[in-house]
Amino acid sequence: MNRPVTLPIYALHAAVIVLLFLLQFILPDFHHGVLARVMVLAVFAMGYNLLFGYAGLLSLGHAMFFSAGLYGAGLAVEHFGFGMLPAFGAGLVAGGLLGLVIGLLALRTSGVAFMIVTMMFAQVFYLVTLYFADWTHGDEGFVIAQPLRQIAIGSLHFDLTQPTTRYMTAFLLFSIVLIVTLFIVRSAHGRVLVAIRENEERTRMLGYDAFANKLAAVIVSAVICAAAGAAYAILFGYVGSTFASVQYSILPLLWVLLGGAATTLGPLLGTLFMYYVVDITSGFISAYLFIVGLALILLVLFFPKGILGTIRDRWLGWLP
Amino acid sequence: MAFFPHLLLATLEGLVTSAVLALTALGLSLVFGVMRVVNVAHGEFFMLGAVLAWAITTALGGHPAIGFLLALVVSPLIVGTVALVAERLVLRRLNYNPEATIVATIGMLYIIQQAALTLYGPDARPVEPPFSYRILLPWFGYSGYKLSIVAASILLLLATWFVLTRTKIGLIMRATQYDRETAQAFGIPVDRVYAGVFALGAMLAAVAAVLVVPISQAHYLMGLDPLLLSFIVVIIGGLGSLRGTVVAAVLIGLSDGIISVFFSPTLAKMIATLLVALVLVFRPQGLFGTAAR
Repeated sequence: MNRPVTLPIYALHAAVIVLLFLLQFILPDFHHGVLARVMVLAVFAMGYNLLFGYAGLLSLGHAMFFSAGLYGAGLAVEHFGFGMLPAFGAGLVAGGLLGLVIGLLALRTSGVAFMIVTMMFAQVFYLVTLYFADWTHGDEGFVIAQPLRQIAIGSLHFDLTQPTTRYMTAFLLFSIVLIVTLFIVRSAHGRVLVAIRENEERTRMLGYDAFANKLAAVIVSAVICAAAGAAYAILFGYVGSTFASVQYSILPLLWVLLGGAATTLGPLLGTLFMYYVVDITSGFISAYLFIVGLALILLVLFFPKGILGTIRDRWLGWLP
Repeated sequence: MAFFPHLLLATLEGLVTSAVLALTALGLSLVFGVMRVVNVAHGEFFMLGAVLAWAITTALGGHPAIGFLLALVVSPLIVGTVALVAERLVLRRLNYNPEATIVATIGMLYIIQQAALTLYGPDARPVEPPFSYRILLPWFGYSGYKLSIVAASILLLLATWFVLTRTKIGLIMRATQYDRETAQAFGIPVDRVYAGVFALGAMLAAVAAVLVVPISQAHYLMGLDPLLLSFIVVIIGGLGSLRGTVVAAVLIGLSDGIISVFFSPTLAKMIATLLVALVLVFRPQGLFGTAAR
């Protein structure tokens, strides 16, 4: 086991955050917008990674946590006239509560059953968003009007429809979640999660409460994913049931696998890479699903550790 | 209509659903039972079977029965070949690791779906039934073809049961299911058994799809519902238990038919999925299964 190397880890994460901050000044408009969106989606992937990468729990239902945040924020604005910040908070609460309930139920199972159970709960959530179409407008979804998407703190005023504000908000959320994730995986709790992933019975024998640790991981993961969903709703202004469909449970899995499961920066790399792969290839062929499918198969076949996982194995053993 | 004929109609519709579902779920159950692989692409093999049935009947023309009978044979064979190739190229190399195979079959799902969308298009297209005889009941006429689906499904289920319990191939499959390593030690070519079972599972889904396509339609997204319903059936019946699978298929098919006649189908699906997830949480061995291994 490598001894924890602290300095390069902090330096690397600080460098990534500074780089993302500086990029907004040099990127052309299009890529500027893409990066803002990618950072929000990377938060989703980071939440997924916490559970899948570190705790070793493969969920096929994380779309429900993302859309819990999305709908928690969206419905609060649409039907209860919440401001942007309280709406964001409502999204987090919705995600956390759903995470608690799903965690309590789904963690009674393990392995394949856990995957199927999470997938089914997500499907129920999806059907719920369709069934209560009076509230959610189902498939069509609804748009949060531009004049509503403003934040006023004292005399300060932020317009979330402005590209710069949007980028900065996404950047802020991403940075906070990145630091939180780094903190969690280096904490005692994070180490126990990895121990559970490697050998749950032994961890329990050593006196750790595996269930409580896993439940905490599910809830934190759900809240992070809900934060991504809520941010998506208030930044991009669209709320629809597509985000609750199976596909949005698979995408974070793909991003995390590609970037490297159980690496703190892997989710960002995977999301960014996949976004551009789809964007570039869609110029030649309109076979978006084909690319996703092929990427999944090639990854599990030849590259199961992803980009950063492979780098960590070969060169940088200290990468968190 | 009065209540009784209404219920009779719902029951008949439910039986047809059950028949198709039993075949599809049996495929999924076999693959899971013998190989311990959760095949998420199972619904896409179903879809592929239906789309191929449309392609074959359209290309052939002539009397619908000829095209249909040909499709009933050729379509499962093609789907079986596709599954075989996928198994050899992907699943075997993953050494049937449960998590890796799930991710890989999700990949297959997208590839097959995209292939169907690109080559076949986004429209739902009908296939003509091989015959259009209507059985006249005192209250309403009922499609004879739908009843023949039930009969065909029962025949196929009996055949599968016979192969599994009364032939040497079945014995080999059950031995592999029971203990892979001991089977290998006794000279059973486990590797080839796996390939065969995966292809057989896909073929069962394809047959079910060919049978059902004249009364529904072929569409590139039609695979998701059978996949989820098959999961439900296999879970309720107990993962890997064949008798349980059939009983559960009848149960789910009938209640689905009856509930969606009297209530909203989305609500029915919602409640069914939720109940099943809870069954899996609180009784992981299924309602009819014995203790989990």
